[in-house]
Amino acid sequence: MLKRIFLTLAATAAVAAMTAAPSLAQEEKTKACFVYVGPVGDFGWSYQHHQGALAMQQALGGEEKVEIDYRESVPEGADAERVLERFARDGCDIIFTTSFGYMDATNAVAAKFPDVKFEHATGFRRDHPNVATYNSRFYEGRYIQGQIAAKLSEKGVAGYIASFPIPEVVMGINAFMLGAQSVNPEFDVKVVWANTWFDPAKEADAAKALIDQGADIITQHTDSTAPMQVAAERGIKAFGQASDMINFGPQTQLTSIVDEWGPYYTERVKAVMDGTWAQHDVWGGMAEGHVVMAPYMNMPDDVKKLAAETEAKIKDKTFHPFTGPVARQDGSEWLKQGQTADDATLLGMNFYVQGIDDQLPQ
Amino acid sequence: MGMAEAILIAVATAATPLLLAAIGELVVERSGVLNLGVEGMMLMGAVCGFGAALLTGSPWMGALAGILAGVLFSLIFGVLALTLVTNQVATGLALTLLGIGASGMVGEAFIGLPGVKLQPISVPGLVDLPFGRFLFSQDPLFYISLLLVAGVAWFLFRTRAGLTLRSVGDNHGSAHALGIDVVRLRYLAVMFGGGCAGLAGAHLSLVYTTQWIENMTAGRGWIALALVVFASWRPWRLLLSAYLFGAVSIGQLHAQAFGISVPSQFLSALPYLATILVLVLISRNRRLTMINTPASLGQAFVPDR
Amino acid sequence: MTRLELVKRPQHSVLFSALSPFLAFALTVVAGALLFAALGADPATALYAYFVEPLREVWSLHELAVKAAPLILIAVGLCVCFQSNNWNIGAEGQFTIGAITGSAIPILLPEFQGIAVLPLMLLFGALGGALYAGIPALLKARFNTNEILTSLMLVYVAQLFLDWLVRGPWRDPAAMNFPQAPRFAPDAVLPEMFPDSGRAHWGFVLALVAAVLVWFMLAKTLRGFQVRVIGQSPRAGRFAGFSLRQNIFFAFLLSGALAGLAGIAEVSGAIGRLQPSISPGYGFAAIIVAFLGRLNPLGAVAAGLVLALTYIGGEALPSYGLSERAVRAFQGILLFFVLACDTLIHYRVRVVRPAAAAPDQVSPAAQPELSHGHG
Repeated sequence: MLKRIFLTLAATAAVAAMTAAPSLAQEEKTKACFVYVGPVGDFGWSYQHHQGALAMQQALGGEEKVEIDYRESVPEGADAERVLERFARDGCDIIFTTSFGYMDATNAVAAKFPDVKFEHATGFRRDHPNVATYNSRFYEGRYIQGQIAAKLSEKGVAGYIASFPIPEVVMGINAFMLGAQSVNPEFDVKVVWANTWFDPAKEADAAKALIDQGADIITQHTDSTAPMQVAAERGIKAFGQASDMINFGPQTQLTSIVDEWGPYYTERVKAVMDGTWAQHDVWGGMAEGHVVMAPYMNMPDDVKKLAAETEAKIKDKTFHPFTGPVARQDGSEWLKQGQTADDATLLGMNFYVQGIDDQLPQ
Repeated sequence: MGMAEAILIAVATAATPLLLAAIGELVVERSGVLNLGVEGMMLMGAVCGFGAALLTGSPWMGALAGILAGVLFSLIFGVLALTLVTNQVATGLALTLLGIGASGMVGEAFIGLPGVKLQPISVPGLVDLPFGRFLFSQDPLFYISLLLVAGVAWFLFRTRAGLTLRSVGDNHGSAHALGIDVVRLRYLAVMFGGGCAGLAGAHLSLVYTTQWIENMTAGRGWIALALVVFASWRPWRLLLSAYLFGAVSIGQLHAQAFGISVPSQFLSALPYLATILVLVLISRNRRLTMINTPASLGQAFVPDR
Repeated sequence: MTRLELVKRPQHSVLFSALSPFLAFALTVVAGALLFAALGADPATALYAYFVEPLREVWSLHELAVKAAPLILIAVGLCVCFQSNNWNIGAEGQFTIGAITGSAIPILLPEFQGIAVLPLMLLFGALGGALYAGIPALLKARFNTNEILTSLMLVYVAQLFLDWLVRGPWRDPAAMNFPQAPRFAPDAVLPEMFPDSGRAHWGFVLALVAAVLVWFMLAKTLRGFQVRVIGQSPRAGRFAGFSLRQNIFFAFLLSGALAGLAGIAEVSGAIGRLQPSISPGYGFAAIIVAFLGRLNPLGAVAAGLVLALTYIGGEALPSYGLSERAVRAFQGILLFFVLACDTLIHYRVRVVRPAAAAPDQVSPAAQPELSHGHG
């Protein structure tokens, strides 16, 4: 028995030695590489990025033209830099890093590999000419959700399951509130911080707590479908997050803000193929097709109409969700009549608008 | 249904998977074995339970598959830690690593699919009593978890076999000298623990949230392990501690929804701090703690002759 | 039923001490080949990428040192803890607190520059980790509170505290309100050893030095003798006049200090700032390292390097069509083989057939009326 094992071992080792030499024949393929913070099976943030990657590959001619490589669940500490360096050494032409925590690592590795293009999602540092940043204006969808919520809520109270107090999330809560106030100035939003992006059971608990405290519409800025399922069980309505969650609440989901990364990835990888890639900072929204609303369902036609109208106005850029007059939580003026918020303020947002009954950690 | 009852039901749902996993581990540890692989076994139970329920359409088949997966997975631990007397702490940690990976592999096909829910059992008539929904209209695993606690308490302290199990955990050397097959008994205990952990995982994917997502236990296996210590290896105290932990976890969410302006991180830390505080208070009685701690816990045993 | 039985060797086998890692490796290779083939990947290529490639290039050797440094540092302290029967499961929390207390100097005193900054940071990191480990030690020594629970629970508390700090008071004003502390000034960064070829920092050397010192302490000093005696038999320790209470504090404070040192070395050397996520579970992985190293600090060095290799090798595999999940499962299997093969050092395996074994089954010492049946 032992002898057999050793023989097998020796054979395996021999094969390993022979076949290990990397194949030198490089075809005319572009290699796009992706770093995800969660598993692609989270059905949320990382899942949508991966869907975008696959859509890009499809759009640009399939596996013949574009090779995809990716790493999942890459921790946002010292490991990220190694994963990036490996990608750069393995011949990736463009590397997408899809979480804020990769910002330092992205710029550090970009400095070492000037010929490789780096695209960092949700960050703001572009220390080198080969680093671009990109993000999506999810707040546009949140505003529409706020309008729908205020139209449909009988109690005038929505429950908001939030992950972490970062500008992205605060901005979403504010946009939701402004949308709701445009319909019902007295509308109330209850916020619960789950302190996690991803813990289905805890998200479910948060949804239950919010419903028990009087919310009759649930929206979330965490990744799992658990809140949608709780809402379905309790017979109230809810909004999906990141992906279309209609399967988890056919009678429940009103709409969902779908992260549509495919068009952006296609555009950028194509730019690499054409040799036209250049550094930029893109914050795309509905107009660019980066933020897509899942079909409006489970609501009366007049509400559907209102939502569709707002969506159309945001798309053709005749309307900005953050348009004055808007006051801060403490009552001080933020935006004057007709004034719209500038991107820098939004991207660094750490204050609430008036009417939100919650305190932000300062 | 009043708010108090609604909160109680939420607490019960939060406590049940902890209780299920912990009651199994309690028996394992009472037999003198420390299996730190609870998280891994729970994940296997969750994914197999979800898958079986989805494929057969029956959530009960799911619960059964969860138990089975937990038992099979715990046997890996048994072969290594009991037969080959590897270090139990390290083996348990490795089992968790394997469980995270293997459950993810099994579950790749189930991503994004809504599952089958294990529906509550209602006793007609009694549901309308005060707190009737809490007592008489919960999911079956809630009742099973209570029965398991009662059963384990009875088994450990009222039966001969329970006495034998405890004696193995307290001093495997003398137990062996008395002719008890220590290894066999510990295998049974480990399998029971695996089954309970598997069922706890199935609770997560069949009752708590009907879906499968990688790593969906989110550390609950570790909490279950801590609760066993917290309960000083006593079943009824375990029931109390699981519900205490559940209550503080749910309570902090309600406090937030209510609008209490304390940083949410501090509220999230409350269940852990509360557990430490209560344990400090109850473990000051040194004698009582010593009596209940299995003296051979975690120590390797090889029958010598 | 035929069953395997272990027979204790009179003394541990020198042959298998040396051979066991190789045997484990061989078994892992076979199991890996089967697993990878079953998953549709080319086993030879994948195994090569896993075990060999990380060792072939200079930059990945650097990465090995980066990954192994915290594992070794923490595990060395845990060796002392576990040898003395103190179950510190919360090194992850001590790591986190060490990172926080060490970072307090550059964050709170940005004007303070110069050569003294770094040593002070390391000192503060170690102190913070030690103090945090002092909590379960104090509770155990004073109130008899089980340290497995307290140390584990304090991990979550430490992580939430870090989260609050970097989102609140310690947030970098220049970071657009994103959750991270300011980047460390050059004086506060643990330098790289050979910056030209990779990013391995002096934390690795710290780990090696700590391993040697702690090994010396355990093997050659009275204190080490106390630790071992009390660990093997608290009663004997008491008879010898050793203080159990003092021993609890010594083990916890030492392991906490090393975990804290690992924490500040990681943020200062490898990450460069304090941020919400600083450890992919080093404190827990180090428990495996300590046991793989047989609770010997020098063994922990070897075990830390091996575990680091499995992480880094694992990162290569997705390129060969193996998911991150398969890699994780494979890592678990590998650890099983290593642990199982270690058994051979202390035991011989004997196959027992029922007929032959029957007469031996009942120990002569067994008294019928005292044996509690379990049928």
